[in-house]
Amino acid sequence: MLGLGLAFLYVPILSMIFFSFNNSRLVTVWDADNSPTLRWYVRLLENDQLLGAAWISLKVAAMTATGAVIIGTIAGLVLTRFRPFRGRAFLSAMTTAPLVMPEVITGIAMLLLFVSLEQLIGWPEGRGMLTITIAHITFAMAYVTVVVQSRLAGFDDALEEAALDLGARPATVFFRITLPLILPALVSGWLLAFTLSWDDVVISQFVAGPGSSTLPMEIFSRVRRGVSPDINALATIMVLIVATGVVLSTLYMKREEKRRECEEQMARRDGN
Amino acid sequence: MNKALETLQAWFGKRLVIGVPYFWLLLFFAIPFLIVLKISFSWMQPIQPGYAPLFSWVEETQRFVATLNVSNYEVLLDDPLYLGTFLYSVKVAAISTVLCLLVGYPMAYAIARCPPTTRNLFLMLIILPFWTSFLLRVYAWIGLLKTNGVINNSLLALGIIDQPLPLLYTDFAVYIGIVYSYLPFMILPLYSNLEKHDLTLLEAAADLGASPIKTFFRITLPLSMPGIVAGCLLVFIPAVGEYVIPSLLGRTDQLMIGTVLSAQFFSARNWPVASAVAIALLIMLLIPIMLFQRYQRRELEAARR
Repeated sequence: MLGLGLAFLYVPILSMIFFSFNNSRLVTVWDADNSPTLRWYVRLLENDQLLGAAWISLKVAAMTATGAVIIGTIAGLVLTRFRPFRGRAFLSAMTTAPLVMPEVITGIAMLLLFVSLEQLIGWPEGRGMLTITIAHITFAMAYVTVVVQSRLAGFDDALEEAALDLGARPATVFFRITLPLILPALVSGWLLAFTLSWDDVVISQFVAGPGSSTLPMEIFSRVRRGVSPDINALATIMVLIVATGVVLSTLYMKREEKRRECEEQMARRDGN
Repeated sequence: MNKALETLQAWFGKRLVIGVPYFWLLLFFAIPFLIVLKISFSWMQPIQPGYAPLFSWVEETQRFVATLNVSNYEVLLDDPLYLGTFLYSVKVAAISTVLCLLVGYPMAYAIARCPPTTRNLFLMLIILPFWTSFLLRVYAWIGLLKTNGVINNSLLALGIIDQPLPLLYTDFAVYIGIVYSYLPFMILPLYSNLEKHDLTLLEAAADLGASPIKTFFRITLPLSMPGIVAGCLLVFIPAVGEYVIPSLLGRTDQLMIGTVLSAQFFSARNWPVASAVAIALLIMLLIPIMLFQRYQRRELEAARR
């Protein structure tokens, strides 16, 4: 059962990779005489439009991930560690709603906000990378908040309280104790936010302006016209990068986790 | 004195910390919905910004006049196109959600009953495709499903069919696309629920003579209801408004609501009607969204204990 399910998940991706080496323009009809070939990869690297869009996407995704981690971490912290305050339920609702909100709704709401703001106060001027980044941070921070919240829920606040009792200032406690403890969550939150932004097409389409097409927007407009072999090549490259990244970060986090456990055990032994 | 200053500082510091995410979400998430609501009641205007103001100052009477326009909603109710689209979207999302559950449950169950060392490997294999581009994964199905695509070509070569099957641009293709893209969202909450089950309950049931099937339906299934509900909501809610999957794989004679909304917005440039569609969709999804939030809160509270 599990095998079948995994096959269902991976066969489409593998077939895309396989046919990226196909010489035929028909994509799914294997041209045995002239394949495998790297021809579509070469064509891809010569495509300035796609490369330009990829560069925009990269910048937007990096800014989104950083912004989302900062705001999402604060939101997660406020929701788990602060004593109940007025409006807490509303904040909590606003951080979970973007997780399931259909993208077309978020997209149209964001665009109309930007249009109204521009009319009212003249900012943001037109639409482009800035508006895309703001929109992406808004939905990506919800994911970061959840990741940080569940990490914070995973250990009790005894350490933080002890530090406070010993006279450390709240800011010191945060930077010396809480932050190192939730660092793995911040790393995975950053990667998650990066991927969400890098991948988003619907919201970007609403809030992008002329000349700020992201890579998914370019791919979407091409793919709507049917399959094309250079998209297969692009997909292969992206899958390879992601797979390497995920494997590396998993290994890194495993190691960090082990190190932390070791340190905790040693600390406990020393204490006894 | 010093103490008082410190308290004051802490008070402001706390306010500031709470204020950052609050301000951001208020400005960029809550207020936009109010603007959508406002524009859904305004008249369309051919010049920028595409809608007439709701309130205007009338010089003669020296008064503010509100021009509330409900015709955008009347269009939704009167035009069978919209009603049909809404119903079709709910149908597609519901069927896809059920299919997703039928595929995801056995997988989540199998992973939860694996030895702990292999569990993480399988979980990573489930999540890995989610990290690769959603758009490209949907695109991959075009290559598999189209008339001279991989599936038809293989079936023809094996002699199972003489004519290529019409697979692409059908409801079936949309179901596959949604199940494929949203499967991890179904599996993960199911897994985190199934993993926590007390297996001694199953042993007790077996000892008392219950068959495995009976045990499953009387114990495992009821216990996994929270996971099922969460997984289904995580698939169903976004799927109703799905836009990319139906526009790449779906029928051309029957659109989904997300596609109609975008078409009204980008092609017809009728922002007020597009806003009304968004509000109607939001109202329809309000109850599922609130259910999901309740689940999310409970999960976090359970984790803290």
